[in-house]
Amino acid sequence: MKTHQLSVPARSATSTERAVAHQSPVGTPPSERLPRSGGIGLKPEHFVDLLESRPAIGFVEVHAENYMVPGGPYHHYLSRVHQHYALSIHGVGLSIGGDAPLDEAHLQRLVTLLDRHQPEQFSEHLAWSSHSGQFFNDLLPLPYTEMRLQRVCEHVDQVQQRLNRQILLENPATYVQFADSAIPETEFLSEVIARTGCGLLLDVNNVYVSCINHGLSSRDYIRALPHERVGEIHLAGFSRDRDAAGAPLLIDSHGSPVAEAVWQLYEFALELTGPVATLIERDNNLPALPILVAEALQAQALLEQQNSAARTAEARV
Amino acid sequence: MSRIQYPEAQFEAALLDPSRPVPEGLYAWNGSDPTARFDVYRNNVIVSLIEALESTFSVVLSLVGETFFRAMAREYLHRQMPDNPVLSYFGGDFPDFIDQFEPAATLPYLADTARLEWFRVRAYHAPDAEPLSFEALQQALAQPERLPTLGIVLHPSAHLLQSRYAVVSLWAAHQGLLQLSQVDPMLAEQALILRPELEVEVIPLDDASARFISSLQQGLAMGSALENTLSSYPDFDLNSALVTLLKRRALLSFED
Repeated sequence: MKTHQLSVPARSATSTERAVAHQSPVGTPPSERLPRSGGIGLKPEHFVDLLESRPAIGFVEVHAENYMVPGGPYHHYLSRVHQHYALSIHGVGLSIGGDAPLDEAHLQRLVTLLDRHQPEQFSEHLAWSSHSGQFFNDLLPLPYTEMRLQRVCEHVDQVQQRLNRQILLENPATYVQFADSAIPETEFLSEVIARTGCGLLLDVNNVYVSCINHGLSSRDYIRALPHERVGEIHLAGFSRDRDAAGAPLLIDSHGSPVAEAVWQLYEFALELTGPVATLIERDNNLPALPILVAEALQAQALLEQQNSAARTAEARV
Repeated sequence: MSRIQYPEAQFEAALLDPSRPVPEGLYAWNGSDPTARFDVYRNNVIVSLIEALESTFSVVLSLVGETFFRAMAREYLHRQMPDNPVLSYFGGDFPDFIDQFEPAATLPYLADTARLEWFRVRAYHAPDAEPLSFEALQQALAQPERLPTLGIVLHPSAHLLQSRYAVVSLWAAHQGLLQLSQVDPMLAEQALILRPELEVEVIPLDDASARFISSLQQGLAMGSALENTLSSYPDFDLNSALVTLLKRRALLSFED
């Protein structure tokens, strides 16, 4: 019996597989997921540089909606990049957190895109972005009520069935709270994950930003999440503003390097999650490729520390 | 029973109109007025969509300057929010909006400049396709009696721009391809916008070629397209026009 236990992977991905296993047809073997290394958000400005320099990162991530076009250079370069790197496709437009039914046309675009590029992973947000036929191009907040929890679970189930795969759901960065919210965000996320079998995309920058914005402890927030269900981590930079009372208000702007406080929180998170694929997100003030790669390698160095710690622990068993 | 189960409708109204109060039931942990916080969302929505338009219409942006462009884009957004999340295709009727936008009336070539930029985006993301081969053209030309009834399908990335203004030169000047001071914006120009492989090309056309291509795009067979062109441009040379279009890889196939 003991030999069986030893053959279990160091990271307890098993509970994810178990949760997913009863939910056929959803379920992706771990081998098709992202490598536990550093990655970068891939921007068209870096297509050629990346292919020519082939930095030692493990994966790239693109926004799904940018690739929902019939042909052209985006698909050409993404296919070439995917020959060398694992691919994560990250949706920003499904409006999973909205009360309204999911947009069938958009789901179909997503099916087409995932069929075409066969990414190792797909993720979306706990947020809404469309309402009554208008798209706002922002990740807007939802009230954490029992009714909304049911709605979000229905949406995640629907997406996982249509895409025939497990998805990851990302914790949001928020600036306001709803008086009606009866469930803490971490509990809401944990429930969605438990009920739907989806995984968690832990955005450490979002945790930091939201917790400063709402006077919460970011370490307590991370402690309250289901660590074994984290399939990817996001790191990014924020900008600083102040609210009406002069309290710090951090904006999830993706326009600067990862802040020192977020690196520290990342190290704290890794102790709980073990090594997890980690993305450097940069959408604004895009620097040269080597600068992003250096940040991804900084994350990778921390992941390797975790890996060797896990190996040491295994060797001791 | 909670007060607000579906805050989206209130968000929608308040996001786009800063004069409206923020949605009910929002609060901040420190008791501060949530308006300042809600303004982050207002700003994200408007600024990110304006930036999407700026990226598609970058020459329009440099012709009018950032302040003017942002004011114009804001007006546009009040009438026309994106109806889906694929922002590459957001702004298709922005050129028509510019046509009607009173403060831009002093720049009559602005809307067609926007059309050229829009066609470039369409061409960039258009379906990929293998252009017509030289052999296929040779075969067609070897049977001249069949030519009049043949239709020609253009490459899926091909877009024809016909303007009463020199927007092709204006666009080229903003790419550093010629001096802006050499451009007389009031001269009519035409171009074929095309992406045979990875680069979008803007190919200036003479009047006759533009008329011929436009006739083909209307679905006319080659005979009628030629007639249509010769009626205004008697010197038009069909064979050399076809060879030029073929070399540019603007043709996809013949159609009976």
